Amino acid sequence: MNDLMVNQFLLLGAILFCTGVYGVIARKNTVLVLMSIELILNAVNINLITFGALHHNVGGAVFALFVIAVAAAEVGVGLAMVLIIYRNRSSVDLDDVDSMRG
Amino acid sequence: MVAQNIFFYAIAAMMVAAAVVVVTSRNVVRAALALIVVFAGVAAQFIILGAEFVSVTQVLVYIGAIMVLMLFGIMLTRARIGRDVEMTNEHWWVGLLTGVLLAGVMGYALINAFGKDALPAERVVNTVDGSNSATVGDAIFAQYLIPFEVVSVLLLAALVGAIVIARKDR
Repeated sequence: MNDLMVNQFLLLGAILFCTGVYGVIARKNTVLVLMSIELILNAVNINLITFGALHHNVGGAVFALFVIAVAAAEVGVGLAMVLIIYRNRSSVDLDDVDSMRG
Repeated sequence: MVAQNIFFYAIAAMMVAAAVVVVTSRNVVRAALALIVVFAGVAAQFIILGAEFVSVTQVLVYIGAIMVLMLFGIMLTRARIGRDVEMTNEHWWVGLLTGVLLAGVMGYALINAFGKDALPAERVVNTVDGSNSATVGDAIFAQYLIPFEVVSVLLLAALVGAIVIARKDR
């Protein structure tokens, strides 16, 4: 209990990741699905920083910054798509967006 | 070291509880506010791990920018603020099964691989001028310059794409 272990950070990241995966599958509202994706990306960032600290390498921090930038881009485009779906269908319910179902 | 462990477990418990609220709450705004708690907790874990620059960026970008975008998305799609409606689809148990299975597999693999490994006592990467921010900046603009440029082009493309998708006059 005296030292910080690698595993406690990695397991925290794993728990956040699995919570996000549950949210992506189970949620109906598109904005809530985007929020769950943010949870997943944050779990990835915790893992990157942890391995950077473990190997005393700055690459983990650099790639965490890249992940943050990609997440910002993803939220911008994602919300634009949600807005145009709402404008066309007056709903952001994922069950209503089924016109490409085979 | 014991103090760091106490802080880690307190913040981690808060983060997991808030993450569960994010994926289960019937109120969209409450889920967004719980997501802010998760982001703040992640920033605090970055401080414990000695990555102060990424921690500050996390606060600026996630709590400052992405959450405002999310709240704008909630407002513009006129989610029923204040009223609770069903936000989980009828196949939620598939997601629960996937999440629990994934957590089991990942937990087993992590405990198997890193069972007793401790983090080094000196975790802050500060090889340039004794500063973590200087080290990160040095790495971005030397070793990782090409990925950095690619990310900036990606941000520009996302900006243009978001405007093209969301504009009205088409």
